[in-house]
Amino acid sequence: MEDADRLRDEVLGEISRAETPDALEAIRVAALGRRGRLTELMRGLGALAPEARREAGAALNAVKDVIAAALAEAGDRLGRAARAAQLAGERADVTLPVQTGETGRIHPISQTVDEIVAIFGEMGFVVAEGPHIEEDFYNFTALNIPPEHPARQEHDTFYLPERPDGSRLVLRTHTSPVQIRTMLAQTPPIRIIVPGRTFRADHDATHSPMFHQVEGLVIDRTTHMGHLKGCLIEFCRAFFDVEDLPVRFRPSYFPFTEPSAEVDIGCSRKGGELKIGAGGDWLEILGSGMVHPQVLRNCGIDPAEYQGFAFGMGIERVAMLKYGIPDLRTFYDSDLRWLRYYGFLPLDIPSPVRGALAGSMAGGAA
Amino acid sequence: MKTTLSWLKSHLVTEAPLSALVDRLTMLGHEVESMEDRAASLKGFVVARVVSAEPHPNADRLRVCRVDAGKGEVQVVCGAPNARTGMKGVFGPVGVTIPKTGTPLQESTIRGVASRGMLMSAAELALGEDHSGIIELPADAPVGASYASLVGLDDPVLDIKVTPNRADCLGVRGIARDLAAAGMGRLSPLDTTPIEGRFRSPIAIHIEDRKACPLFLGRHIRGLKNGPSPRWLREKLEAIGLRPISALVDITNFLTFDVNRPLHVFDAGKVTGDLTVRFARRGEKLLALNGREYELDPEITAIADDVGVQSLGGVIGGEPTACTETTTEVFVEAALFDPIRTAATGRRLEIISDARYRFERGVDPAFVGPGLEIATRLILELCGGEASEVVVAGAAPDWQREYLLRPERLAGLGGLHVPPAESRAILETLGCTISEAAAEHGGSLRVEPPSWRGDIEGEADLVEEVLRVKGYDEIPAVPLPRETVISRPAIDARRRRAELVRRTLASRGLTEAVTFSFISSRVAELFGGGKPELRLVNPISAELDAMRPSALPGLVEAARHNADRGFPDAALFELGPAYRDDTPEGQLTVAAGLRAGRLGPRDWRQPPGEPDLYDAKADALAALAAMGAPVDNIQTADDPPPWFHPGRAGALRLGPSLLAHFGELHPDVLDAFEVKGPVAAFEVFLDAVPLPRAGRGKPPLKLSVFQPVERDFAFIVDRDLPAETLLRAARSVDRKLVSEIRLFDVYEGKGLPDGKKSLAISVVLQPQEATLTDSEIDAFSKRLVVAVEKATGGTLRS
Repeated sequence: MEDADRLRDEVLGEISRAETPDALEAIRVAALGRRGRLTELMRGLGALAPEARREAGAALNAVKDVIAAALAEAGDRLGRAARAAQLAGERADVTLPVQTGETGRIHPISQTVDEIVAIFGEMGFVVAEGPHIEEDFYNFTALNIPPEHPARQEHDTFYLPERPDGSRLVLRTHTSPVQIRTMLAQTPPIRIIVPGRTFRADHDATHSPMFHQVEGLVIDRTTHMGHLKGCLIEFCRAFFDVEDLPVRFRPSYFPFTEPSAEVDIGCSRKGGELKIGAGGDWLEILGSGMVHPQVLRNCGIDPAEYQGFAFGMGIERVAMLKYGIPDLRTFYDSDLRWLRYYGFLPLDIPSPVRGALAGSMAGGAA
Repeated sequence: MKTTLSWLKSHLVTEAPLSALVDRLTMLGHEVESMEDRAASLKGFVVARVVSAEPHPNADRLRVCRVDAGKGEVQVVCGAPNARTGMKGVFGPVGVTIPKTGTPLQESTIRGVASRGMLMSAAELALGEDHSGIIELPADAPVGASYASLVGLDDPVLDIKVTPNRADCLGVRGIARDLAAAGMGRLSPLDTTPIEGRFRSPIAIHIEDRKACPLFLGRHIRGLKNGPSPRWLREKLEAIGLRPISALVDITNFLTFDVNRPLHVFDAGKVTGDLTVRFARRGEKLLALNGREYELDPEITAIADDVGVQSLGGVIGGEPTACTETTTEVFVEAALFDPIRTAATGRRLEIISDARYRFERGVDPAFVGPGLEIATRLILELCGGEASEVVVAGAAPDWQREYLLRPERLAGLGGLHVPPAESRAILETLGCTISEAAAEHGGSLRVEPPSWRGDIEGEADLVEEVLRVKGYDEIPAVPLPRETVISRPAIDARRRRAELVRRTLASRGLTEAVTFSFISSRVAELFGGGKPELRLVNPISAELDAMRPSALPGLVEAARHNADRGFPDAALFELGPAYRDDTPEGQLTVAAGLRAGRLGPRDWRQPPGEPDLYDAKADALAALAAMGAPVDNIQTADDPPPWFHPGRAGALRLGPSLLAHFGELHPDVLDAFEVKGPVAAFEVFLDAVPLPRAGRGKPPLKLSVFQPVERDFAFIVDRDLPAETLLRAARSVDRKLVSEIRLFDVYEGKGLPDGKKSLAISVVLQPQEATLTDSEIDAFSKRLVVAVEKATGGTLRS
């Protein structure tokens, strides 16, 4: 069986010297192929006696296994080397810039509305809406603002042309008409929040002819001024994300509430920089009060049985305060640089369960 | 409403410091908007005597003065022509801040002579424009005294925001009364003792309409001399921003602001006959005290003599009967005018006056007589003369009324328990008259508000009065009780899907804008709007006079503005209203968007394309899909509205309802906005998309275990053939077997006959029962080719 051993040694030598998969294949064919040397030796076994054939066969099979294993191992080695050589030639410039497919932005007004709705939603309020082109009755009269009331002049109302019956529609000057529409359509208990566009014929650095307000209304049998305070304090602290935010209620006057209160939040103006929080100074942010009995009567609700509170605030104003936006007029400029900077990412959906109501401002590269 | 601290203290005896008064005012509902301490900037400036004024050795125009300001003599170089020995002036020592420049005064050497301070001009003290010379003070001005207190400027001015319901606080006394009620001092007595008349007024008075003017009191005063007011009066008026004119005029202004009692004083010598309150007649005119002439009409309440209208009741007096320096006899008018008429007159004639402001808010109906007495006393005191008996027309209206205050309402409505005795005490200090109600009302108070509180109209107002004086801070904050442990959804399905559209569009790279609801009529007409009923009567500008029929114009305008600023690549959307008519139903909710400029930044991998109609279609369909619209059933038609390109735009419909427009904007529209095209735009009508039926879940998902098979087919069809015709035919071959059909190639040109195009589709077959055999696939392919060829008139491309 010297032949077999010599063959094994020779072939293993060749295998170890093989440098390419092709050379290796040639070695395999020469050794194990149909006319390969080992195959020929196997073929020669038939001439031996059974005893000797068994012995020689076992030896040849052992040699075959050794060669096959060596071939497989060499194949792996050469494959790895070939892959390594191939990869070495495949180098890309990883520093080249890419497009991340940047999303658009959500306007700060929409985001702020969503934040406000998220907070009041937690307190059981539902969103109601109403038309922008409004009847005088809903915008004024039913809210206890009769035609000659001095408060009307302060509203700078936009009018639509006189109709054949002499009446004039107006662009709603506040979101309060939705209070009236809701109370006329539903029976208490009522808890609504009304975000939307409002209009006043006024245009300067701090006034825009169109702006947004949010109105709130609670009507039931027991809600009193203490609840008004509790509800709005909760809101202010959640919205501005300042746990100990001072909130102050000040007597005021609105024709549709009695008693009425203006709501201030604490701030500091040290060094000319406005900061929301305890700081010894005050900033007015919303108007509120207990719904005037006459307004309830105007809506067919008996003030002896039901009562509640209402409030209203400017959305741009609170957005400016919360996000440090300096100029009201820029909200409607549609300047892409502004929108990218102050706008919000579409998946940044305000929700009280996520902690801070608005995650982080998109900001950044314009 | 402005007042000074000393003016306030003339009605309120108080030891409280200013800051406490200011805080309390604010918490009483009288917000102190500003507090101006005019003395602050004059700190350190004192009265000084010029001991000597000698010529400067080195300068003709300068003098070297020795000045005594109470702390020894100081040498000052002064350039003022009026600096002279013995005069008294205002001295600024080294170290004070010069109000005009805001810089500290420094010791200096002027042309070789040392100067240790300054004699001040009015301009340097920021008290006026006069810089022609230094201020000259009276000879009796005490040397070393503070200049600010000498001239009464050490009196802080408060600007108080009086709410429209509190007409009574449009006089300083009203504010003092509220402070007294809040425990900040004691209201001083007011002398309204009647002055006995010495003669019968030669002028009688009459009222034609008791509604327009319920009460008119008057009095003739003769033998007087009109001249400048005394200093105390001038200083008060100047402090609140009024210009002193003459004693007679100043007295009426003083009463307006002091006790909220507007008056008018006619020069009786210029009045012909009696005075009558009547409606003006058409064609009558009045040259008013503001120098303007007004055309009057019968809606206006006028006070007329035999010659004609001499004054507009409650609004403004007339020039012809105005008091002047030479006036020697007057007729003083104290009247009540109807708030509504006064407001209407003022609005129509566009006259804003202190009298109008007060009458339209309602003045104290019981204070007409007392007001006239105060005025008379002041006139006699300041101008001399003698007063007639008071003449009266009409009567004070019945202002008394009574409301019950149930003690439990303080807690029930106000959220604060206040003992009835305390409520009672507060209401009494506010001037209410109180008595116990009958026993059946169980401890309720019967409250009669005072004459000056016309704003108290019911129990809720009484609750507010008590809370206001107690302080809103006292009300404990109570959480709003939860109605359910987990709150119900705050938004309904309609709003929820609108929010999905908003955030979907933003995810697609469009940035949200908010543009005005009004645009110009010209533009509204371009977008199918401009209806007369949607035009504003009083727009703030002609460019914003029509309610928008679409949200697109605002976005096109925005794209233009951004391009003008150097940012032409705009991808914008807006979710908001469009107005079809003036009814609530005519207000649609739309999502509009556009892409202009390049579709993205320039990039080394893929150059950005120009936006086209297919981008707009994709945006519109994505919005519709986000809303849950049945996108597979939507039909596309090539009938866009006129503001779109007629050949490169279309409409999306679901049955008969229009869901969206999309496409490239019409070049005429782009020209009108001066925008460079193409601009790909869309507008989705959210309300037109049907809401899903409530409570209908999805059927269970069945996943096939058999391999899907994909086959491609290309057809040569006429170039004008809508792709949808081919797709529809392909889809209808076997709806059960086909899971997806995708059009992946459109080709025209070389290799195809003229007027033809090739459309290639890939069809995915998904067997449910068993793996598809070759012959089954072939059979399907044949059926598909036949069906498509039949529907399109095309042929399979081999």
